[in-house]
Amino acid sequence: MPAIALLSTIETGETITFWICGALAVMGALGMLLSRKAVHSALWIALTMINLACLYMAQGAIFLGMVQIIVYTGAVMMLFLFVLMLVGVDSSDSLVETIKGQRLTALLVGLAFAVMLVGVLGRIVFADAGVDQANAVYGGNVQGLAALIFNRYLLAFEVTSALLITAAIGAMILAFRERFEPKLSQADLSKERFLADEHPGALPPPGGYARHNAVDTPALLPDGSLAENSVPASLKARGSIRPIQTSLTNEVSQLAAGHGSIEGEELL
Amino acid sequence: MTPTYYIVLSVILFTLGAVGVLVRRNAVVMFMCVELMLNAANLSLVTFSRVHGNLQGQVMAFFVMVVAAAEVVVGLAIIVTIFRSRRSASVDEASLLKF
Repeated sequence: MPAIALLSTIETGETITFWICGALAVMGALGMLLSRKAVHSALWIALTMINLACLYMAQGAIFLGMVQIIVYTGAVMMLFLFVLMLVGVDSSDSLVETIKGQRLTALLVGLAFAVMLVGVLGRIVFADAGVDQANAVYGGNVQGLAALIFNRYLLAFEVTSALLITAAIGAMILAFRERFEPKLSQADLSKERFLADEHPGALPPPGGYARHNAVDTPALLPDGSLAENSVPASLKARGSIRPIQTSLTNEVSQLAAGHGSIEGEELL
Repeated sequence: MTPTYYIVLSVILFTLGAVGVLVRRNAVVMFMCVELMLNAANLSLVTFSRVHGNLQGQVMAFFVMVVAAAEVVVGLAIIVTIFRSRRSASVDEASLLKF
């Protein structure tokens, strides 16, 4: 009787783990699919990967669960974030459909694919042997995997080492950039700035208002329009510029146009 | 808890990844979707390992992880190289083989 009770507790624990981690994993995948910014996508998929690691561990694959956390969430996703840093945070998706109706078709095809696979796989009654026995043969999950990898799959393991070295060399060659022209000095950059058609001096400072004067607040030009270059371009790309009240800009532009009044006094 | 639940979850995640590859236009995000598909396949491999009661499936998932790590390194290096030459990570921009 105690054995059966223990078994049912494990079953319940696994069921709870599955429903929590499974739901979070699907949520992470949906978040990755739906978020406009690539950085948000990366963080969502990191959530999915951590929850998948929990599901691996719930199924007795302790080693793979840890490897999933260390390699995927730790290394691969951080590599993604580094590349996003290089590529730029403003690299959000364009909403333009290059092929007409492609999104809808993709969704329908995906739905059909999922329904087909669930329909087929849901009918199969899987045996549930469990890996506890297989884990126990060599004294644990890690030992069991080691016995397999270093005996039966030794050749495949050696080949993966060659693959990893090739990948490392390939990445180095791809990311290497040969410099064909001499590096620009500060004098060269200054000359370039003056020869270019744009304003060579310092950019206008951000707006100073009664309540806001931070770098994300654009300054107002005399005619009441916003000075676009008074806020950093990176803030503009991130979309975190503080909006200016249109009533304020309207008032300034009316004053600039010669009509309107300050505190009720007629302007001369 | 029958393994069917895990397989169905794996199917759902794989489908979301596949739809993502088809729908998203940013090369980095598409790459993340490919990673999601690989992860879903890994989940089914781990589940099959449990169905059969041996560790072969887990070894396969382990090798998939190694190959995925190599693939990520090379793929991201390619994306960075493309971004350098055309200042965009959108897959619509890279429509020519050269230039």
